[in-house]
Amino acid sequence: MLNSSLQQLGSALRARKISSVELTQLYLDRIAKLNPQLNAYITLNPETSLAQARAADVRIAADSAEALTGIPFAQKDIFCAQGWLTTCGSKMLHNFVSPYDAHVISQFNDAGAINLGKTNMDEFAMGSSNETSHYGTVKNPWDTARVPGGSSGGTAAAVAARLCAAATGTDTGGSIRQPAALCGISGLKPTYGVVSRYGMIAFASSLDQAGPMGRSAEDLALMMNVMAGFDERDSTSLQRDKEDYTRDLNKPLTGLRIGLPKEFFAEGMGADVAKAVEAAIAEYKKLGATIVEISLPNSKLSVPVYYVLAPAEASSNLSRFDGVRYGYRAPEYSDLADMYEKSRAQGFGAEVKRRIMIGTYVLSHGYYDAYYLQAQKIRRLIAQDFIEAYKQCDVIMGPTSPSTAFKLGEKGDDPVQMYLSDIYTIAVNLAGLPGMSIPCGFGANNMPVGLQIIGNYFDEARMLNVAHQYQLATDWHSRAPHGL
Amino acid sequence: MTWEIVIGLEVHTQLSTNTKIFSGASTAFGAEPNTQADAVSIALPGVLPVLNKGAVERAIKFGLAVGAHIAPRSVFARKNYFYPDLPKGYQISQFDLPVVGQGTLTIQVEPLSGNAKPYEKTVRITRAHLEEDAGKSMHGDFHGMTGIDLNRAGTPLLEIVSEPDMCSAAEAVAYAKALHSLVRWIGICDGNMQEGSFRCDVNVSVRKPGQPLGTRREIKNLNSFKFMQQAIDYEVQWQIDTIEGGGKVQQATILFNPDTGETRAMRSKEDAHDYRYFPDPDLLPLEISEEWKEQVRATLPELPQAKQARYVNDLGLSAYDASMLTASREMADFFDSTRMHLDTENDIDNPKLCANWIIGEVTAQLNREELDITQCPIKAYQLSELLAYVAKGRISNSGAKEVFRTMWTEGGDADSIIVRKALEQISDSGAIEAIVDEIIATNADKVAEYRSGKDKLFGFFVGLAMKASKGKANPAQLNDVLKRKLAG
Repeated sequence: MLNSSLQQLGSALRARKISSVELTQLYLDRIAKLNPQLNAYITLNPETSLAQARAADVRIAADSAEALTGIPFAQKDIFCAQGWLTTCGSKMLHNFVSPYDAHVISQFNDAGAINLGKTNMDEFAMGSSNETSHYGTVKNPWDTARVPGGSSGGTAAAVAARLCAAATGTDTGGSIRQPAALCGISGLKPTYGVVSRYGMIAFASSLDQAGPMGRSAEDLALMMNVMAGFDERDSTSLQRDKEDYTRDLNKPLTGLRIGLPKEFFAEGMGADVAKAVEAAIAEYKKLGATIVEISLPNSKLSVPVYYVLAPAEASSNLSRFDGVRYGYRAPEYSDLADMYEKSRAQGFGAEVKRRIMIGTYVLSHGYYDAYYLQAQKIRRLIAQDFIEAYKQCDVIMGPTSPSTAFKLGEKGDDPVQMYLSDIYTIAVNLAGLPGMSIPCGFGANNMPVGLQIIGNYFDEARMLNVAHQYQLATDWHSRAPHGL
Repeated sequence: MTWEIVIGLEVHTQLSTNTKIFSGASTAFGAEPNTQADAVSIALPGVLPVLNKGAVERAIKFGLAVGAHIAPRSVFARKNYFYPDLPKGYQISQFDLPVVGQGTLTIQVEPLSGNAKPYEKTVRITRAHLEEDAGKSMHGDFHGMTGIDLNRAGTPLLEIVSEPDMCSAAEAVAYAKALHSLVRWIGICDGNMQEGSFRCDVNVSVRKPGQPLGTRREIKNLNSFKFMQQAIDYEVQWQIDTIEGGGKVQQATILFNPDTGETRAMRSKEDAHDYRYFPDPDLLPLEISEEWKEQVRATLPELPQAKQARYVNDLGLSAYDASMLTASREMADFFDSTRMHLDTENDIDNPKLCANWIIGEVTAQLNREELDITQCPIKAYQLSELLAYVAKGRISNSGAKEVFRTMWTEGGDADSIIVRKALEQISDSGAIEAIVDEIIATNADKVAEYRSGKDKLFGFFVGLAMKASKGKANPAQLNDVLKRKLAG
């Protein structure tokens, strides 16, 4: 049951082979057993989850179940969920019980899905190892001495360890794809604007995008059917016709043109990662694809551009956490300024403070033009590179991350080393394109390697098709961490 | 030694939408604290702004009314600073790309002193931009703490910035009044200054003629025209005294204290915030199509200046009367309504008569009772009925004033008051001739004097005849009859 696809779970539920309550309890028991080891969840609410399961069983009994009705999912703790503690991985929100549902949460609720719990994450989604969480590090289920990646590290670990059927993540610079790669699961960051950001706690508004994380491309497609769609409460949400993301899953890949950016294969990539990615490309050739070498000349500027723009937006987005209306307030302070200073100094962790300071600096009078405006210009050039590339190919492939999962604490002292972990994923966010990561083998120390698939705007269905066909031909995605 | 005064205004007008600029919460004034603060107003984690179309339409209306360029693309920016009544830690405003560009407003200036005549002046408007209001800090009894009311947070504002074109308190006040009248005229702001719907920041500096601009100080948040004038007068004198005393004016933000009549510095330039403006990534650029602009234009009422010109050119009113009658849209509506009733129901086309009464009796009485025209107890159709009787000679002017006062205090229609008070004029020529004959018969000596050339005695006979008719004789008719009969 734990290795079943969402399709299989849905069928089993609708065929009354198992009830949602039984399935939910199965996961809750497994979480109770394994979560102390992995720390994938910040908040569990078994009674609430089971109440949802009972309601789902009623719906199933009434034959009004949808594809995901009764299936237990985990939600990244960045999504506000009514009645749930919603911390965003921060001490700042240690006591914030949301009075409302994010769009993503209400979409899952409407579909009759079960919320198993809120998953751990880097504080305010700022991190690539899940080590910045106020609620402790998450362990990689493949090797608990290693990081799961970040910022959606709790979700990636929970999916990999079968502590939920699938889960949500968010991706600002790689936060879905990189932990998916490091934990050996599949993850999709949709085109910017496809999934509403309403109720998703903002890190960098122009880059943030929610997406599904699961064990297969097929699972991701079913989740996209629930998550995607126009929402009038998000001005950047796109008004598009509803689409069925499963529609192209079974198309053959004959004639598919895969672009390989020469810059991604030039330097910095670990040999083990290179080997797995090259094997995956070879597999795609067998499936009928042709390879085109492309160039993304400005992609090398992605990391510096990102570390101007994302902190700039974050420094403003995080201003609302001031101790005045909700969240953490310092116990003692002398006046208003002191209350702000102490509450924020005590409520935010080091990485968040670092980014607030960078962001404040680049927006300051006299520096704005040199940093923020310049970065915006380069951002357009980076996007233009992709637009040019898609004249020659249908999808772009490469590594998701330059290395497999590193050890806990290994990069703790060097933020730049940590930032380089997202070197292949960041350009996709800057361009607003959809990107995904699927497992494509194992590298050093038998840790999973992720293959990144980057699509053109709104090409999620094709990307899922490309991933699904690979997953039909290989079994990397169905490998499970042993010893749990 | 003369000094030139240089004044520019920044006016925050609260737009009259039912809901906030970026959320569906109500903007109604006076509700219990925080009862109109929704998730967006409170800035809960994860909430997002959605622009209110009605606020944009009001901004477009204003831009069109001052002949300004409406930006086809404008951008919302975040103005970052910490304050407890600013829930997000930033205010969504517009910075380098505002929705309304350069325009002009022509004002009538009435100098405050001396014998100087009223004059017209055109003030340039630099820009107008949309932004959200902050909440309020309440320093009442909260166990030694400050209370925060976020009902007002997110209320739509249009900030209208002028060029430093005004050179006296009188001009600044005239501009502010004209702007106040205009925003109410076009229906984008209720203009309620007590409730903060129309707040003025005034930038003041002084210089010697021909010299570059002096250092300015900004008087914040003036919510009455009287205070504005007092504050400017005080500030100008303070700046002149400072400079003449060998000091220097430092750029500062200042507050006016109405109780002392003085201004005092709130913060100096050194404390100035770096607001770190940048485009708000939660909102798309605001795009206004030609088509949308024209749709809004079609909803604009006739503007005060156009109306004034029409009153002068088509109705033959004086420029002064025309400007008085267009002081507010309600005043103009009252005038138009009175005039129309007089014309359509009594077939009397006499705009001047209507203008005289509205600017005279009606306005005087309203001022005495501190009412505005919408609260006038005599409706336009009632006034037109009275004026019809005046025009037809049924009552005298003084009789009409008595009817007017009775209508004002007791209500009722002109006809029944005239009858009840027996105010009807004697317009029967037989009756008037009888009175005149009687006077001539009983004052033979005076008649002889008049006939021998003492013309001044005519007034004496008019007085006698009026007295005999108890003031009710139609004056024009009486004059005719007297002249004819005295001539012999």
